[in-house]
Amino acid sequence: MKSSLVHRLLLLPATMWLLVMLVLPLLVVIIFSFGDRGPAGGYVPGFSLDQYANLPARFTAFKNTMILAPAGTLAALLIAYPLAYYLAVKANPNIKTVLLVMIIVPFWTSILIRTYAWIYILGGQGIPKMLEFFGVEGVRLINTPYSVLIGIIYGYLPLMVFPIYVSLEKLDKRLLEASQDLGASPIRTFRNVTLPLSIPGIATGCMLVFILLMGEFLIPALLGGGKVFFIGNALVDLFLQSRNWAYGSAVATTLVIVMLLTVSIYMKLMMRGSNIREEVSLL
Amino acid sequence: MRVSSKDSVVSFQNVWKRYGEVIAASNLNLDVQSGEFLSFLGPSGCGKTTTLRMIAGFDQPSEGDVILKGKRVNGVPAFKRPVNMVFQHYALFPHLNVADNVAYGLKQRSPRPPSKEIESRVSESLELVQLAGYQNRRIWEMSGGQQQRVALARALINKPEVLLLDEPLAALDRKLRREMQIELQNLQRNVGITFILVTHDQEEALSMSDRVCIMREGEIIQVGSPRELYDNPLNRYIADFIGKSNFFDGVVQKSSANDLEIRLNNGAQIVAANSRQHNTYASAAPVTISIRPEQLMLSRRVSQLPDEKAIVINAAVRNRIFLGEHTEYLLYNEQFGEFLALSPRQNEIGEPPFEVNEDIHISWNQEATLVLNHD
Repeated sequence: MKSSLVHRLLLLPATMWLLVMLVLPLLVVIIFSFGDRGPAGGYVPGFSLDQYANLPARFTAFKNTMILAPAGTLAALLIAYPLAYYLAVKANPNIKTVLLVMIIVPFWTSILIRTYAWIYILGGQGIPKMLEFFGVEGVRLINTPYSVLIGIIYGYLPLMVFPIYVSLEKLDKRLLEASQDLGASPIRTFRNVTLPLSIPGIATGCMLVFILLMGEFLIPALLGGGKVFFIGNALVDLFLQSRNWAYGSAVATTLVIVMLLTVSIYMKLMMRGSNIREEVSLL
Repeated sequence: MRVSSKDSVVSFQNVWKRYGEVIAASNLNLDVQSGEFLSFLGPSGCGKTTTLRMIAGFDQPSEGDVILKGKRVNGVPAFKRPVNMVFQHYALFPHLNVADNVAYGLKQRSPRPPSKEIESRVSESLELVQLAGYQNRRIWEMSGGQQQRVALARALINKPEVLLLDEPLAALDRKLRREMQIELQNLQRNVGITFILVTHDQEEALSMSDRVCIMREGEIIQVGSPRELYDNPLNRYIADFIGKSNFFDGVVQKSSANDLEIRLNNGAQIVAANSRQHNTYASAAPVTISIRPEQLMLSRRVSQLPDEKAIVINAAVRNRIFLGEHTEYLLYNEQFGEFLALSPRQNEIGEPPFEVNEDIHISWNQEATLVLNHD
């Protein structure tokens, strides 16, 4: 068939890209993870599970990631939902565009620079100093899990706001009237109609933020001050500093597996929690 | 203050609704009788939907009182009112199946009825709309007509004092719409609930309602049974809106107990029976006369036309549209201009139908002439 040939040709660049840039490196990483560290760093072929047996040495990094990534996702969700709700439902249409642009504007500056700014804000000269002025002494934020969490919320909030905003925006307002007409108070209407119908947005937002957070290294590196390590930081360290490629590969492979497991469990839960057909296409 | 009659379930008393400068409803006064089927009819933007929303509680009047079952409900939110609505595009909840949609209203009650009772009432109301056994269907699996029925069941299960219907049939195709009209009428008789319908479709309003309330630019113009509105419209606007008609402007020349003598602007002299008119007219009053197309008699020979009090003129057939049970003719007379006439099938038996360009006679009785205000 001619058309199927055309289809294949059109898909070729994307397929090649995925093969060369994703599948092959992933295979290489998996193979490396069974090998050994060379005498001068790098990789020596082999087959053993030694690197995996050594994983507990990086337990803290796993623990931090597995606590702060879900916590960051949840915190971002709790802050983003009311904001998205306000933008989609309550905001005056005239200022809505301005507000939406204000959420995007920070993206015009690199995340690196913006995170550096947070070092100052959270550091001794920033918020703690301001609190001292009001009589609250001895607050330390920088280089703690809290500063990392704040950084995460700041950096990822827009990614959470937009999917939720879209799902609330397209929500048929007549459904809310129908619910009230049938005797449901505004609060029950929110619980029975608005919330279930915005689940696709919530699911998409959480997924985006969570997956990206699992691989995050910049925010913990800058705001955690070497004390709050993520797996991402461990990987940077293993590959670039200690040059232990085999061990690094084992950590990376484990991260991928953990991520696949978490995401698939999460998807299962989400699909069961709601009957909306759209979800299938969104996830 | 006017006391609303004991039987009225909804009553508007001097109700105004303003949106800034725009007046959506001006000085509405209306009593809706318990158990009747009333329609608000008018073009879009005439205020009929606003009126309905004031009964539902989505909009509150700027002035005046809305009375529900003898109680003033100004400011009472929608979820506390004993009325239910069928929305224009049904507004069914897409995340719930048919049974959960229908049960929604019952589940909001406190105390909430036991689930056994909810279940049996859901199947009862699904039976009522002929959807027995559809409980577990998803909304998007249903056709437009079925969704319409689910919306009806969802509203009726609550046994509302009034069922509000906002252009409920607008999204259906013509044939289905006709079926649903008959079904709605039967349903209303069976359940005995007051139905208030909003529509811009005059045929729909006339065919279903006990009374029709015609609105224009936020005002109620005339309320009456479909027959009253058709036979005795208050003014030209209503005569034009309800059915088709032939209109000619003129001036009253002489007004007596029985007759009105009118000189039309085209020079013709017409005598109309005074008994049929809504208003009394003095001499020199500018008026419009209206003659319904089905009241025109068509004939090849003058001798065939019955009444001697009839007005008879010549006309040429301009166009002929065969519509099955009757034929529509467009006729032309030099003095009067164009006439629209409807000729029933049986009138043509024994005489071949008139051909285009044929010269024939039209006539109408004095009683057929309606004299109306310009506006």
